[in-house]
Amino acid sequence: MLRYVVRRVLVSVPLLIGISLITFGVINMAPGGPIGISSDLNPKATAEYRERLKAYYGLDQPLYVQYGRWLGRMAVLDFGDSFSADGRKVWDKIRERILVTLSINVLSMALIFLVAVPLGIYSAVRKGSVFDRVATVTVFTGFAIPTFWLALLLMILFGVRLGWLPISGLVSLEYDTLPLAGKILDRAAHLVLPVFLMAFGGLAGISRYMRSTMLEVIRQDYIAAARSKGLPERAVVFRHAVRNALLPVITILGLSVPGLLGGSVIFETIFAIPGMGQLFFQGVMSRDYPLIMGILTIGAFLTLLGNILADVGYALADPRIKTERAG
Amino acid sequence: MNGHSMLRETLRRLSRNPLAVAGAAVVLFFCVLALFPWLVSSHDPNRIDILKILEPPSGAHPLGTDDLGRDVLARMLHGARISLSVGFVAESIAIGIGLVIGLLAGYYGGKVDSLLMRFVDIMLCFPTFFLILAVIAFIGPSIWNIMFIIGVTGWMGVARLVRAETLSLKERDFVAAARAQGAGTARILFRHILPNTLAPILVAATLGVAGAILVESGLSFLGIGVQPPTPSWGNILTAGKDNIEFAWWLSLFPGLAIFLTVLGYNLLGEGIRDAVDPRLKGR
Amino acid sequence: MKTKSRPRRRAAAPRILPALFALLLFALAAPLLPGCGGRGDAPGTGDASPGVPAHGDAIVEGSIGDVSGFLTAVTTDSASHGAAAYVFNGLVRYDKDLKLEGDLAESWDISPDGKKITFHLRKNVKWHDGAPFTSEDVLFTYRKMIDPKTPTAYGEDFRQVRRAHAPDPHTFVAEYDRPFAPALASWGMHILPKHLLEGHPDISKSPLNKKPVGTGPYRFAEWKTGEKTVFDAYADYHEGKPYIARVVTRVIPDLATMFLELKSGGLDLMNLTPLQRTRQTETKQFRKSFNKYQYLSSGYTYLGFRLSHPYFKEKKVRQAIAYAVNKKEIIEGVLFGLGQEATGPFKPGTWPYNPDVKRYPHDPAKAKELLAEAGWKPGGRDGVLVKDGRRFEFTLLTNAGNESRAKTAAILQQNLAAVGIKMEIRTLEWAAFINEFVKKRKFDALILGWSITPDPDQYDIWHSSKTGPDELNHVGYANPEVDRLLEEGRRTFDIEGRKKAYSRIQEILAEEQPLVFLYYPDALPAVHKRIRGIVPAPAGISYNFIQWYVPKGEQRYTTFQQ
Repeated sequence: MLRYVVRRVLVSVPLLIGISLITFGVINMAPGGPIGISSDLNPKATAEYRERLKAYYGLDQPLYVQYGRWLGRMAVLDFGDSFSADGRKVWDKIRERILVTLSINVLSMALIFLVAVPLGIYSAVRKGSVFDRVATVTVFTGFAIPTFWLALLLMILFGVRLGWLPISGLVSLEYDTLPLAGKILDRAAHLVLPVFLMAFGGLAGISRYMRSTMLEVIRQDYIAAARSKGLPERAVVFRHAVRNALLPVITILGLSVPGLLGGSVIFETIFAIPGMGQLFFQGVMSRDYPLIMGILTIGAFLTLLGNILADVGYALADPRIKTERAG
Repeated sequence: MNGHSMLRETLRRLSRNPLAVAGAAVVLFFCVLALFPWLVSSHDPNRIDILKILEPPSGAHPLGTDDLGRDVLARMLHGARISLSVGFVAESIAIGIGLVIGLLAGYYGGKVDSLLMRFVDIMLCFPTFFLILAVIAFIGPSIWNIMFIIGVTGWMGVARLVRAETLSLKERDFVAAARAQGAGTARILFRHILPNTLAPILVAATLGVAGAILVESGLSFLGIGVQPPTPSWGNILTAGKDNIEFAWWLSLFPGLAIFLTVLGYNLLGEGIRDAVDPRLKGR
Repeated sequence: MKTKSRPRRRAAAPRILPALFALLLFALAAPLLPGCGGRGDAPGTGDASPGVPAHGDAIVEGSIGDVSGFLTAVTTDSASHGAAAYVFNGLVRYDKDLKLEGDLAESWDISPDGKKITFHLRKNVKWHDGAPFTSEDVLFTYRKMIDPKTPTAYGEDFRQVRRAHAPDPHTFVAEYDRPFAPALASWGMHILPKHLLEGHPDISKSPLNKKPVGTGPYRFAEWKTGEKTVFDAYADYHEGKPYIARVVTRVIPDLATMFLELKSGGLDLMNLTPLQRTRQTETKQFRKSFNKYQYLSSGYTYLGFRLSHPYFKEKKVRQAIAYAVNKKEIIEGVLFGLGQEATGPFKPGTWPYNPDVKRYPHDPAKAKELLAEAGWKPGGRDGVLVKDGRRFEFTLLTNAGNESRAKTAAILQQNLAAVGIKMEIRTLEWAAFINEFVKKRKFDALILGWSITPDPDQYDIWHSSKTGPDELNHVGYANPEVDRLLEEGRRTFDIEGRKKAYSRIQEILAEEQPLVFLYYPDALPAVHKRIRGIVPAPAGISYNFIQWYVPKGEQRYTTFQQ
């Protein structure tokens, strides 16, 4: 097993290098360098100032030198210093944001699994029933409504009209003075809308996938065999079919990471949550190259990690698969 | 391999799925509106009238007017054109790229295959929306750029599908027969293998169009989608959200349009998938 | 007892340079700088009694952008400058009437030849860590400003200084080669603590940029990036402890969310958009909780031409466009009447402003006449004017994400179509717009905005020597008389002399229309009713922030109090 894991990880190394190359390529498509923002048409900024900044940031070096330097440091999670005025380390900036984004993503993912799996199973078992149809429309509704619109509607309803939930942010202003239970409640209240919305939007993918793998499994010979043995339908479905249908669902866990991460830009903007998505958007708008490269790389890295974990989980559950998938 | 009867069979099965039919109806409805906006409204979508700012729906303006006194219905109709075009063009680009890469990888196999598939793996690792954001912010949010970048970042699923189909098809008898008759690689790929991959591509395409429309609305929300005054559903909704409580018609109609269209495409796509998947025939 | 704790309510303006001491193009709304002629709803009258000033409570404000650092020498965004204004002081500042007054300097003398300024510093000032403030700090700040290792955009004014020295702990002297009128205002730059920054060659990387220690009315308490900044009242402030005990600035990137937060009570202070102000805050409920203010902000929005463009190099064409533009419609449609028609690059009600210049009322017939005189005759299909076989078509550029500019562009498009000019609109992301198009002069026409500084020196914008790619005269304006007047204006301290020069400049600009000056927008802050002591003035409302208060019984945030 260990060997499989090591191999799986080693296979990912060229992927990481490919990722960094693409990232670097994207950034160099940009017109207007990173020094533009701070000196744009400010009469007090002179040409000399620009040159100084260029030298300071190493932008006068050839591209491959810039890339080489960056790659070397990336290996030790040193993404360099941000181009923004604070000049902080990119990794520091990401580190203080990443937990927020990840915890919201993990919570929504958990919620998605909790709801989507039974939904998918039941839809498959009752394929074509009213329940199946209602479930189908419901999960696609979550996917199809523009999230920022639904978010505002829910904020108006629960925040302004009913006053049940806070509108935006992570914690209240009085957070520090609250007792522990109050702190937990406060955080939870702030997370309700974003987590619910993110889960609602992601329901379709997993529940539909669950439904189709379940349909496939149900048609397999061993299920027919189990049925023919006279086992009750419930037992057939839950003891045999679900277990086998769940396996492939594990693997798309890894693949759903980039989608959720990408969506976090919009969630964090509308809910004023200081997460990685917002950080990335700010970085993009201010041409903060090291920050953009850092977050893209981390995002891709998280996806890789998700994939590896999913594959390992799969291999653990189903040993037949390991050698074949490692190639 | 009788294409005609298969198509008829698929359509028959599709028509028995009420959700897919409803989805198709919605899709068709908005396509017709986008193609023939003058059927519904004769207003100029860019005609400003500051004496009529933010009027609620009325006989003269069935969906009300916006913050420059422009007719919302007319803007919605022309926005449908833009939004749907973004969806179609972006997805066409994605399918074009995915098809070529999938065909090449599946047909040649070996080193070509593993190299291309590694590339697919790399692309799949990126949070696509991050990539789109970065590139759009850099090259500018023109309609063409938006279509292009959504397409260029959205082909991986198609490539995988096509590769899988190609892998299984190239070993089939009819391909071997064609090869034996001296057909060139291009001919085999495009005459014999391609047509047989159409069904999964069609499914991917319907879902892809819906996805692209959503991505455009997300970009508009962040201010880097299709730029006003050119109307798109995304930017009409974004402009409307700031008045969401006061001028509800400005956000409700574009919001519903995006929602219904995306839902419609998804239901249709799911329906097609069910209808063409012969393995599911039994149930 | 006045402070110039500047814009707390930052407008929707993440990249605006708010410093009063620098000119800047702005990307979004007008910077919420001191304005003019407060026409606000009278606060604290009628339904609410003024109450008794009391210490305590907090003010929560919203900002769409986060702080990037607290040392204004090395930041250029409005969020950072706004936050830093709580913590730091300059030697001078603008008072409520936009006149320079002493801040850390008690007084100053200017030598008769105008080449030497002697500042007499306050003696009772302490840094937040208890160390005394002295002239050494000023000298240190000056040295940092001209130090090539400091990545600052504001060094130019300080390079004009020939010699600076500190003869004693409470005196600071700056000497210039030639009289330099903007010199005094330039000393509004925040003074840095020498004892904490020594040994940091690059101050942008010093810990102080993240955890500032200043001399201002509030001391830094907390900065959670992307979430909020918190400042607490400084008990030993040299003008007395501010009443409001805490200031919290929350980062809320979306304006719709911010407005919902305001309505639900999560925010006490926000700058409203014209539309919010006119259509969404006229409810009883809103009036019950908030006071609204209105004053002219310090900036103007303009339609600029590339003057080397074959169509626009002709004065008659520019004048024709000025006549074709319906400024009233723009002010009604975009600003909902909350702004004024612009006539030139200075602010109405300030001393350099000259109201007696040529004006261009909306007159399409006159516009067509002038265009015909310039050779543009009807004849193209769809009514577009033609001259020598070329159609009058051009592209207007502006930056994305600015709703007012997008709406203005849409109105301009319609105005110009009415006189036979076809205008396409292209919106570009800010950085690309500036770097690829404005700097490289790759535009026909554009909509942009300039901030207006209280000091009228606009040499960098209008002088013919400032047309280089990295310089600010991006329209390429050149007029020998204007050049001479600009030089004159910055080399004398005599107000009357300066006034004459700048009046004439405005006449010339109005006649030549190198830009069509469109409008001066109003600043429209809303402040929670429990907050008292706000007195609108030409400088806006924030100049006396340390005197704002909440009467004891109405205080809302009380748990944190020290």
